[in-house]
Amino acid sequence: MNPVRKRRLLMVIALLLAAGAATALVAMALQRNVAYLYTPSEVLKGEAGGHARFRLGGMVRAGSFKRAQGSMEAHFAVDDGDAVLPVVYTGILPDLFREKQAVIATGRMNGGVFVADEVLAKHDETYMPKEVADKMGAAHMKHGVPATIDMPAQAQ
Amino acid sequence: MLPELGQVALILALLVAALQAVLPLVGAHRGIDAWMRVARPAAFVQLVLVASAFAILTHAFVTQDFSLRYVATNSNSLLPMVYRFTAVWGAHEGSLLLWALILALWTGAVALFSKALPQPVVARVLGVMGIVAVGFLAFLIFTSNPFGRLLPAAVEGRDLNPLLQDPGMIIHPPMLYLGYVGFCVPFAFAIAALLDGRIDARWLRWVRPWTNVAWGFLTIGIALGSWWAYYELGWGGWWFWDPVENASFMPWLAGTALLHSQAVTEKRGSFRGWTLLLAIAAFSLSLLGTFLVRSGVLTSVHAFAADPTRGLFVLVFLGIVIGGSLLLYALRSPDDDDNSRFATASRETLLLANNLLLASACAMVLLGTLYPLLADALDLGKISVGPPYFALLFTLLMAPLVLLLPFGPLTRWQREQPSRPIAMLVPWAGLALGIGIAAFFLAPQGAWKVAAGVVGATWVLLGTLRFLWTRLKNSGSRFTPEMIGMTLAHFGLAVFLVGALLTEGLSRQRELALAPGQSVTLGAHAFRFEGVQRHVGPNYVADTGTVQVSRDGVALGTMHPEKRSYASGGQVMTEAAIAPGITRDLYVALGEPLGGGSWAVRVHVKPFVRWIWMGAVLMALGGFVTATDRRFRRREAAQ
Repeated sequence: MNPVRKRRLLMVIALLLAAGAATALVAMALQRNVAYLYTPSEVLKGEAGGHARFRLGGMVRAGSFKRAQGSMEAHFAVDDGDAVLPVVYTGILPDLFREKQAVIATGRMNGGVFVADEVLAKHDETYMPKEVADKMGAAHMKHGVPATIDMPAQAQ
Repeated sequence: MLPELGQVALILALLVAALQAVLPLVGAHRGIDAWMRVARPAAFVQLVLVASAFAILTHAFVTQDFSLRYVATNSNSLLPMVYRFTAVWGAHEGSLLLWALILALWTGAVALFSKALPQPVVARVLGVMGIVAVGFLAFLIFTSNPFGRLLPAAVEGRDLNPLLQDPGMIIHPPMLYLGYVGFCVPFAFAIAALLDGRIDARWLRWVRPWTNVAWGFLTIGIALGSWWAYYELGWGGWWFWDPVENASFMPWLAGTALLHSQAVTEKRGSFRGWTLLLAIAAFSLSLLGTFLVRSGVLTSVHAFAADPTRGLFVLVFLGIVIGGSLLLYALRSPDDDDNSRFATASRETLLLANNLLLASACAMVLLGTLYPLLADALDLGKISVGPPYFALLFTLLMAPLVLLLPFGPLTRWQREQPSRPIAMLVPWAGLALGIGIAAFFLAPQGAWKVAAGVVGATWVLLGTLRFLWTRLKNSGSRFTPEMIGMTLAHFGLAVFLVGALLTEGLSRQRELALAPGQSVTLGAHAFRFEGVQRHVGPNYVADTGTVQVSRDGVALGTMHPEKRSYASGGQVMTEAAIAPGITRDLYVALGEPLGGGSWAVRVHVKPFVRWIWMGAVLMALGGFVTATDRRFRRREAAQ
């Protein structure tokens, strides 16, 4: 092999190795950090079993929010129209957290209770996260949440 | 009556933009001088028309014309005057109009400052910008008309989203858009060059300041967004790797790579094809960002409601622009010529590494941002990609960039003896490492992050100072604005590294229930909660907390975090109280009342957090200073 070809071959091998390492690293990082979204009925059917940490999406059930006086521990239930799952969260809830509003909580199941370490509610009172709306399908109509969104408002 | 005039102005602007797109491009292709001459006047007329439409919408907000649907949705008679101006771009329709206005401004500026360029080049560049304007004006008129009437007129407006009633929001969107849209200039230039089949150094010299200015604005826009999220969302974070943030960060990464590769192409003639591709990428990512934000396809902490048909329009437009320009690139991309060869050890190689790292970071962010969409399309489930993915890969990619940065300016073009720059920098690397090790053992917590921040920042700072010293010694004190700009931007990176890594490493946070009279300590700082009182603002009612802060027993002052409830719609907002400082911010936010006078309270001590934004300001300043270099404006005799 002449020197030019040899150098090129080495370059190609180096590039392939780098690309392979990068792909493996990216795949690993993605695998570790994705969180799937499930609704309470899916969780109760055992579909979320494979994932220790996942996101729970649905509506906060009317009348379910409770907090003992002076305590940071909040209890509420997430409802998808077909099933209800109790949730516990310790900390400050987002400003737009309210009963009968969409919510996405991230956390794990612990003995029939979903222990959330993060709770997201939306910036806009008319907005339902698209993925929650998709997941719940017609279910959210049962809660009187409009299926289409008519009053857009957003920031950059 | 006025709103209808605004509507007419927009429609006329669309027609003029169509003229500006078609005639000059065809004229340049066929060599018809009269057609090419249409470009400049068309650009000015379009600017006047879009500016009139914008002025009319602003007038409607100021005079509270609730017969306009858009005004009724985003304003309220109680809204303070300054926010009536900013409410113009507070929601979808108006922010698109702002987009169109800023595009018209850039187009007008190009028309004004392009006298030194040959007629066909001007015609092509303005023609391409005309095509983009047609896309956006059509989008405005057909899907998002800000001048739609509401019959019967509303008596009262729904009010501007309280999150946007904030001084930071006054300038954040315009700055961001100046950056986003500014990348249209290098993009139009790249397309013009591909159509023409020639890329010569003269055009590149002309386009470089535009890229630098657009990049500077984008940097400021992103920094303002981060600052706003920090004080307005009440979580104390400065970057969330949220899809909307990523949407503005991707063009920035591509734009940073573009700045560097344009410099190589202009000075050495290398990387021609790559520079064109990056120019296309930077603007395409700006459009993609607009699509991601506007379409609401992604769940984001910043997500707001949106209409899917609009998303489809932007998606089609995106397909045409990106697909068309990449096709053109594939057909016409220049062959790399042989007179620009460079050795493995050369400044070109280092800048190539810079470009590869920035492009990989950009691709990584793109993958993480679009992966949930991809998985959804392939029916793999509804997923979200967590911040650790971005944080891990971004750190891995940026570490070599920081390591290599000081070598760049010190290395010669074309061929270099590797030992020369290494010998120059070894003592400084040693010093940076020594300070880092000291920081590692002195840090009370987060030692690795603190040490990495200190080593990175000192290394970049000392390496850049070493470059300044070499320049002073060798060429007297001749510093071009280009060099000063580069130095400022690199110092900015050093400052940013201190801010980002020290904040991450040293921040302390507590979230707890406090009854009046109770206090909480974070390190040396003690926060004593005195209780909450109610007070009334212009369009909200607030629960205002009083918190006494002291450090090692010495009183520092009183902080007043608020929980506001807005009169219209009853939306609740947290207004954190922040005591800013060069070396640390103190941050207190109120949660909810927990009964019996006690409240959920969140307190943070965030060391060096201001440095993040100061670094960004320095970088932006670097971009602006570079653009003032006389070299870029030197007229050359026509060949």
